[in-house]
Amino acid sequence: MSVSLERFYGALLDDDAAALYEQAPCAYLSTTSDGLIVKVNETFLQWTGLDRDAVVGRLRFADLLTVGSRIYHETHHLPMLMMHGRAQEIALDLLRADGRILPAIMNSVIERDPDGQPVAIRTALFDASERRRYEQELLLAKRRAEASEREARVLSALVQQTLITPAVPSIDGLAIAAAYRPAGLGDEIGGDFYDIFELPGGSWVIVVGDVEGKGVEAAVVTALVRHVVRAAAAHSERPAQILREVNQAIFGHPSDRYCTAVVLWLRPTDAGWSAAISLAGHPPALLTRAGTHRPTAIGRYCKLLGAFEDPEFSDTTFELGPGDSLFLYTDGVTEARGAIGWYGQDRLADLLESVAGDDPGPVVDRVLADVLAFQADLPRDDIALVAIAAEMRPAD
Amino acid sequence: MNYDPPVDVMRRHNVRISGPVDGQPMVFAHGFGCDHHMWRQVASAFEDRYRVVLFDHAGAGDADPSAYDLDRHSSLAGYAEDVVSLCHDLGLLHVVFVGHSVSSMIGALAAIAEPGLFDKLIMVGPSARYLNDAGYVGGFEASDIEALLEALEANYLGWSAGMAPAIVGNADRPELGATLTASFCRTDPAIAARFARVTFTSDNRADLALVTTETLVMQCRNDIIAPEVVGEYVRDHLPNVSYSLLEATGHCPNLSAPEETAAVIAAFLDR
Repeated sequence: MSVSLERFYGALLDDDAAALYEQAPCAYLSTTSDGLIVKVNETFLQWTGLDRDAVVGRLRFADLLTVGSRIYHETHHLPMLMMHGRAQEIALDLLRADGRILPAIMNSVIERDPDGQPVAIRTALFDASERRRYEQELLLAKRRAEASEREARVLSALVQQTLITPAVPSIDGLAIAAAYRPAGLGDEIGGDFYDIFELPGGSWVIVVGDVEGKGVEAAVVTALVRHVVRAAAAHSERPAQILREVNQAIFGHPSDRYCTAVVLWLRPTDAGWSAAISLAGHPPALLTRAGTHRPTAIGRYCKLLGAFEDPEFSDTTFELGPGDSLFLYTDGVTEARGAIGWYGQDRLADLLESVAGDDPGPVVDRVLADVLAFQADLPRDDIALVAIAAEMRPAD
Repeated sequence: MNYDPPVDVMRRHNVRISGPVDGQPMVFAHGFGCDHHMWRQVASAFEDRYRVVLFDHAGAGDADPSAYDLDRHSSLAGYAEDVVSLCHDLGLLHVVFVGHSVSSMIGALAAIAEPGLFDKLIMVGPSARYLNDAGYVGGFEASDIEALLEALEANYLGWSAGMAPAIVGNADRPELGATLTASFCRTDPAIAARFARVTFTSDNRADLALVTTETLVMQCRNDIIAPEVVGEYVRDHLPNVSYSLLEATGHCPNLSAPEETAAVIAAFLDR
């Protein structure tokens, strides 16, 4: 037998029950069933600094506890102990003789007589000062995380409101309505956006776009795209030029995001509006002529923004006369997934056909409601919609 | 106060009914901390002649989580409304209501809201106000509530993962172990914290005089949650009251001394 094992068994020989109890590496405490302390070990006295005579036969278990722990003990710990016969890993704070707190973790069991009546409660108690400090840090970290999350949600909502034009402008000779609904429960920043702004000379530009992904990074790209669209429009002639500049901006941007967009440029004419539309990886707009019902797709499909260095974009020009209406949307509509498959362009065209001639406001409401209902009100993607209808121009 | 969508009352409050169908209804309400299991041993003593109804308050035990409403349950009045609806929904008349701890005052508020609902009201360990006030001893200071919330939090750290170990064998009392649920004394931490605040900041001193129902106040010795002076205050301010100082100690005689608790209740009901 090795020397160390010999020593080990030698040490065991010195163990007797009393020493094991008194010098145990945990505090022991026995009480009557109603809590009067009848026995404690040396370790308990060392840890608490209490005097045996001041404790045994004098104090109740609850007397050892801080107020918060005392209430927890009476309302949770004891009932659990009574019901289960034992309670494990309960965290309670003891008051030491010097007034300092001893954070403890304890296991307790009830001893019963043959009739099942509780006669004693035995408790083993472990000094948990270090562990509790660590747990306090965890708790603080959890609270900080929860606070940050709340703040992030508020910020998300704010950013979203800022990125999406909250109210559509009023335009002479053009009825207009728009809607935006972020994916899911609507508490995250989405990537869809729309913007409607006027240029000198009475022209208007409407852009509907979809930045890939969501969250803060998508929001940064969304802000960039909206900014570049407005800046480019100031010195451009056509939607395709705007898209080219946006592509350069995203392509050169450190983020890896892509973006699809449709840009519509409206110039006032005597008869209504002269329109030019350009698509970048975006579904075509749907045009419904006055007096007809079935919409037709308009715009030539071109590459999405941010993926290629110098893609071609092309404009489709057309006249928008009184009673003509145009519907712009993101793929959150057509690629909505419901119990019966994709929502699809046909379903959208059918719906628009059924509301042909209605004002843009009700049309937008109707489409949004239908797409949401299709997905049981939990859209998997953001949805952005803009509907316009040319009106008779007021006489100058 | 409508529930939307309406939830069946049995499921809403995890209602357990036993005893003869034509027996007088006896509703037992648990206090802060645990659930209807607190009453099992006492309630079983009445199952031979009373229609015994056990239930969990919203947010406690196995009550339907959707039954808990931030607004409704921000005061004891909301819990009292629950008790009144529960009795209505179950068609209970001439009810004997037995409330432990804070449910004593919930019972008092229900009795005031509908004076004919209860035939008798039994309060076990009641307190009309837990916090000390000018000229009033409740036993606690406002800062003690924060300390309790910390103690709750310290014990909820392992809440989700640590529930199972609490349910261990009751080899000596298998009848208990079989029916125990993992949720006993372990409610949703956020709700437990709110119920703690609602309980310990409640002040029902002015309500006591309005309780016309015949009431029994049962007081334990050495109860640090509701000390004798607090129980005596309740006794002295109820118009129609009997008082019993139990031999039992602590705050939960329904667990620590179920026989004595049942005997005192029975004597009050039988006289």
